[in-house]
Amino acid sequence: MFDLDRWREIFQSINKNRLRSVMSGFTVAFAILLFTLLFGIASGLGNFFKEAFADDAKNLLFFRAGRTTKPYKGLQTGRKVQLKNTDYNYVTEEYTDNIQYKTAKINKNLIIKYENEASNYGVKAVHPDYQFLEKIILYEGRFLNERDLKLKSKVIVIGRLIKKDLFGEKLALGKRVNVNGSSFLIIGIFSDENTDRESEAYIPLTTNQMMYGSNDFIDQINLGYNPKLSTDAAIAFGKKVERDMRKKLNIHPDDQSALSVRNMAEANKFVGIIMLALYLIIAFIGSGTLIAGIIGISNIMIFVIKERTKEFGIRKALGAKPSSIVGMVVQESVLITTLSGYLGLSLGTYILSFIGNSLEEKYFIKDPSVSPTIVIGATILLIISGLIAGYIPAKRAASIKPIEALRAD
Amino acid sequence: MIRIEKLHKSYPIGKDSLHVLKGIDLHIKEGEFVSIMGSSGSGKSTLLNIVGLLDTHDKGAYYLNGQLIQGLNEKKAAILRNKFLGFVFQSFNLISYKTALENVALPLYYKGMNRKERLIIALDYLDKVGIKDWANHLPNELSGGQKQRVAIARALVTNPKVVLADEPTGALDSTTTDSVMDLLKDINNEGMTVFVITHEEEVANQTKRIVRLKDGVIISDEPTIASKNL
Repeated sequence: MFDLDRWREIFQSINKNRLRSVMSGFTVAFAILLFTLLFGIASGLGNFFKEAFADDAKNLLFFRAGRTTKPYKGLQTGRKVQLKNTDYNYVTEEYTDNIQYKTAKINKNLIIKYENEASNYGVKAVHPDYQFLEKIILYEGRFLNERDLKLKSKVIVIGRLIKKDLFGEKLALGKRVNVNGSSFLIIGIFSDENTDRESEAYIPLTTNQMMYGSNDFIDQINLGYNPKLSTDAAIAFGKKVERDMRKKLNIHPDDQSALSVRNMAEANKFVGIIMLALYLIIAFIGSGTLIAGIIGISNIMIFVIKERTKEFGIRKALGAKPSSIVGMVVQESVLITTLSGYLGLSLGTYILSFIGNSLEEKYFIKDPSVSPTIVIGATILLIISGLIAGYIPAKRAASIKPIEALRAD
Repeated sequence: MIRIEKLHKSYPIGKDSLHVLKGIDLHIKEGEFVSIMGSSGSGKSTLLNIVGLLDTHDKGAYYLNGQLIQGLNEKKAAILRNKFLGFVFQSFNLISYKTALENVALPLYYKGMNRKERLIIALDYLDKVGIKDWANHLPNELSGGQKQRVAIARALVTNPKVVLADEPTGALDSTTTDSVMDLLKDINNEGMTVFVITHEEEVANQTKRIVRLKDGVIISDEPTIASKNL
């Protein structure tokens, strides 16, 4: 298949007709460049959205109580609704099949002190599942476990920044800190980049209830619904739990402030729709660009072949078979489209990598890039279009009688 | 070498058709130097194109080197052209982006010869037509006479059976015309069959046989004085 002489003919033809070759190459390179940039930027937007929602467990559903703003069943507005352990137990037991992770949460701001260093930190009293719901990564020690809760142990898991504040470079794991007057054992240190969570600390919920108030109040219930649920099923599940809770707590069905519910499934669905729309638009524009490029190269090839009709006539008079002329033109066309397409692709990829994350803050574009599938697909499309763009007019030119071709000017 | 019997050719013009060749009978033997004369529209170019397998005939028979030419497809025609025929055109028809040497070597490429070999042979033929020094020049750097010499070298390079020349001197001044004709005569003297189309008496007179064509029929076919002098 490799015919050195054929290639030599082609390189000579390309080299001696640079303007023509550059023009046709430019069309393709530009189309592919635009295509790559469009897809890259779209995927960058996608990456940003994905990351923005992926940090916490995607299947998060949480409830928080406030004050009523609507009278209901003879109860006044302005009543403070208090969530309790019983509410937590009710929800988690009633819907155990649909729940993957569960935790109650009490938010406190407490002074944590070690030797001479002390500062005010957010201290959250939670269940062990909190680790999975918030995707907390421990780099030393362990998170709270069921035993800690059962024994109401005075143990604490601190964020990286608290450790840095209080201990500096010294060892913190296994040391005791003073939390609002009581001594707590540090059992774990976690990091959670890109959030302000690193200056938080976690203690067992039961310990907190025992020490501060000796009641069964909780501030919040966080659930991770079963990830096997579809988005719609998860939304329905959230609504059902919400209705139950409102009924149980005597809250007006529309009173958002008395019981606020946040279901990530809804946000996920929204993001999913936006992403789909975005990809459809990009796919539309992208394929339009590609088609424009293909039409461009086809046009140029038609022109080029018309221009070379006489040359083909001469070649045929000298003994060129039609197949050799078609082969030469197609090979030249494929070579130009492939090379310039690859050039456009490389340039596009380079620009995308150059952009990197620099547009993240202003334009929500994170790590824009094109997937290998799209790259391979676009390349194959290019080769095929080069084939077609060359083949059709070449076939026509080769079938012209040499005498007519020779007459052409 | 070339035998033509009752050859007819017409071209469609709209609904009508123009009858260009009306029963031509012609026999050219190996080693002849024949010119076809006629005014424009007499059908001489059509005849040459048919002989050169650049065009097809409607009726009659055409034998090239004893082979009946009938229903050729482009591929077969291309092979026959490459093997048996060499062309010299009025407008030279050199490929503009190839050097003189590459132009001459091109028929050998289509013959399937390797590059090294064909460049050696091509240079040999350029030497033969006297413009070896111009081998690496592009056609637009050559004079008309030089271009036609390149074209003649190209026509000869495959060592064909017949050289077909369509108004080979039509674009040249008288001095160059003479030198080109001298070259064609030399080729003929070496045994090559040469078939020239012209409308110039002086050119025709330098060949050995003149066939006069008028309105698609041969009106005379006689040897020239030049041939008698030999």
